[in-house]
Amino acid sequence: MTVSELVTKLGLNVLSDETGLERQITGGYTSDLLSDVMGHANAGKIWITLQTHKNVMAIASLKELAAVVLVKGYQPEADMLAQSNIEEIPVLGTAEEAFEISGQIYKLLND
Amino acid sequence: MTTEKMHFEYPVEGGNFSAAGFPSSQVKKTLKQLNVDGNVIKRTVVALYEAEVNIVAHAFKGVIAVDIDTEKIHIRLTDEGPGIPDIKKAMEIGYSTATPEVREMGFGAGMGLSNMKTNADSLVITSEVGKGTIVEIINYFHK
Repeated sequence: MTVSELVTKLGLNVLSDETGLERQITGGYTSDLLSDVMGHANAGKIWITLQTHKNVMAIASLKELAAVVLVKGYQPEADMLAQSNIEEIPVLGTAEEAFEISGQIYKLLND
Repeated sequence: MTTEKMHFEYPVEGGNFSAAGFPSSQVKKTLKQLNVDGNVIKRTVVALYEAEVNIVAHAFKGVIAVDIDTEKIHIRLTDEGPGIPDIKKAMEIGYSTATPEVREMGFGAGMGLSNMKTNADSLVITSEVGKGTIVEIINYFHK
């Protein structure tokens, strides 16, 4: 499934520029600890988190993640957004909590 | 792959999280250009990023020296900082001396050194309390 398809199916907000939406999602990883994601998330995963700073994008880029989803209506800091556009890794937003959105994404990817 | 040896240096500023990741990103690009195995690249950038973040989170400043030849990448991170009194303790998963501010960012969970160990073929840490720490990471391109 592409990021774009996921956005449509779950009604997610695209907070960054509309670049990188064609990236393929191979799975998800839910965590707010950056070293946990660094150590355990694989390429193509969508990262569900409440962290909103630029380092999130550094990790997303180094790990070649598909996209980042910010939960509970959290907004990215300006430099996170700028970096997202440079890396062409979309930052998405949802009003849902991490548990709910992770479950919904899991279901879509595994049905 | 080229037979030339390559050398790069990157300064690191303590406390400046917004610049963190640049050296890892550059190293990743260089290794890709050299057609190094993807798994080696992934392991190297994880180890390097964690080591860099440790300088940003704990030290005043540091330098990352990267040497690449046909066989391996050798990364030496030298910092001026508080040093590590008990390296064995620091290696334990979950042990951290990071400040509350650093922890709020999602760093400082005590996983960094363990990530470095897992993702480096060789990891050597030497430290002098009150002076600084030297971290050496070596990854080989062919096992």
